[in-house]
Amino acid sequence: MMNHDAYPDNYIRGILNGVKSIAMVGASPVNVRPSYFAFKYLAQRGYDMIPVNPGHVGKELLGKPFVASLSDIGRPVDMIDIFRNSSHIMPVVEEALALDPLPKVIWMQLGARDDVAAAKAESVGIKVVMNRCPKIEYGRLSSEISWMGVNSRTLSSKRAPAPTQGMRLSLNRMSVGGGDTAASDRAAKNKSEQS
Amino acid sequence: MSDRLPGFSTLAVHAGAQPDPTTGARATPIYQTTSFVFNDADHAASLFGLQAFGNIYTRIGNPTNAVLEERVAALEGGTAALAVASGHAAQVVVLQQLLLPGDEFIAARKLYGGSINQFTHAFKSFGWNVVWADSDDIASFERAVTPRTKAIFIESIANPGGSITDIEAISTVARKAGVPLIVDNTLASPYLIRPIDHGADIVVHSLTKFLGGHGNSLGGIIVDAGTFDWSTGGKYPMLSEPRPEYHGIKLQETFGNFAFAIACRVLGLRDLGPALSPFNAFMILTGIETLPLRMQRHCDNAKAVAEFLAGHPAVASVSYAGLASDKYNQLARKYAPKGAGAVFTFSLKGGYDAGVSLVSKLQLFSHLANVGDTRSLVIHPASTTHSQLDDAAKIKSGAGPDVVRLSIGIEDKEDLIADLEQALGA
Repeated sequence: MMNHDAYPDNYIRGILNGVKSIAMVGASPVNVRPSYFAFKYLAQRGYDMIPVNPGHVGKELLGKPFVASLSDIGRPVDMIDIFRNSSHIMPVVEEALALDPLPKVIWMQLGARDDVAAAKAESVGIKVVMNRCPKIEYGRLSSEISWMGVNSRTLSSKRAPAPTQGMRLSLNRMSVGGGDTAASDRAAKNKSEQS
Repeated sequence: MSDRLPGFSTLAVHAGAQPDPTTGARATPIYQTTSFVFNDADHAASLFGLQAFGNIYTRIGNPTNAVLEERVAALEGGTAALAVASGHAAQVVVLQQLLLPGDEFIAARKLYGGSINQFTHAFKSFGWNVVWADSDDIASFERAVTPRTKAIFIESIANPGGSITDIEAISTVARKAGVPLIVDNTLASPYLIRPIDHGADIVVHSLTKFLGGHGNSLGGIIVDAGTFDWSTGGKYPMLSEPRPEYHGIKLQETFGNFAFAIACRVLGLRDLGPALSPFNAFMILTGIETLPLRMQRHCDNAKAVAEFLAGHPAVASVSYAGLASDKYNQLARKYAPKGAGAVFTFSLKGGYDAGVSLVSKLQLFSHLANVGDTRSLVIHPASTTHSQLDDAAKIKSGAGPDVVRLSIGIEDKEDLIADLEQALGA
């Protein structure tokens, strides 16, 4: 049984490194809602995101079709991220426990906590995180969130990976003066004409 | 990748800083730029809408400043920080998030004179009303609480007298009143006192003093402890209510335990504008790397100088919490066991004239209006930092006419004592 008051970084790191698909229950298409922020951020970091919200079936969130419930996903998912208040957690966890195969992780958003539901999920081997945001935790452990002055509580003496594809520099830069002949080229030309 | 908690000195050198991704530069580069290009229109919109972490414009954030912010947040044990142009700017930005016109905040009467002026005059014109309380009388804080109280403000080690504040006792009052406790930790630095460990919800600093430490760069910082629940009772609408500036975002809901630091950045710094120069951030960061070494030396020197003065026939009294006989020695042992700081006052039997004479005769001590420099400093608060206060307020804040304030540097203590001896003796 996990201590849900304080998670070791390695626990969170293991989850975020391990899961590939995330079903977000309560995902909102409204672009000032925290669920929208987190959905977009996680999608941009390569997670296979599935928006779950019965109120928006027929619509898409950043190109991904909404499904009404976890059972409608129709394929295995690694993690269920629940964007609901604490009082609405249990039914979602029960729904998750009916999935086959079971998800590996159930994650409850900032402010959401249901210890009974957590114990139920943990009893069948599911890892549980409560009262955390996966976007914030991803940003913190990667130290990306440090741009905002947030204490990542991590240290590194290694060069940070460049935010683009390594150091493969683009060739498509503006040329100065159309690449016109420079003094050294003219000197070389004069020399060859003289000889 | 262990979850081992690094020590204070390791954090002072490393926290927030990582070799530059592009160049491999080991020292934190000075990103002396106003603005940052966007990847594309969606990236730009995401940054402006607070959906993505990243840089837009140095008035809102800067990579050099961000290293400083994370460094101080780590040293104070907070969740996040925001660096600003000065300690005064930090105070304006903090209170702007908490108070509306007509609201009140309670402040300890023993404060840096500049803060007393800012609270009494400048903030009054914003409709933020300060109510004074006495740190030596905890009940005076309780008595000052009204339904309009939005915060309590104290200094961990008070300027100029070096008295130690009972942070835990006042944090109990704040908790009971349902308001955050703001602690100005400038004179202690997190090396001596970490107010968050004692119940502070927000810590502010003038980085200009011991953190920067070399008397070369102004700066201020706000540290969010992540401890206060801003959502209760709609008392703090900047944090709990949908913000029209950001299309209805609720900051606490979105940013959780560092929402206050974000509010200070995106509602305070963005709109009020007191941004810190990245060059200053670099200078202060360099200073912080040696904070533990310097601070210990400052304190050891200060204790030796205070003991010398306490035994000198021309000295009437010394107010230094590090002295066993001092009124605040018990609190110093509890809150600042490594040392009681390096800023303190003493009074001369010869009164005001003797003070003026002393200042003029000192050769090593510099006569100026700052503290927390490598160099030893001296000032007569009654005629300078606290000159705008009336006589009664001067005495209450520990800056009576016969009082001289010292900020002890990191020189050899024998030389400092010799300098004081010649100036007192002749």
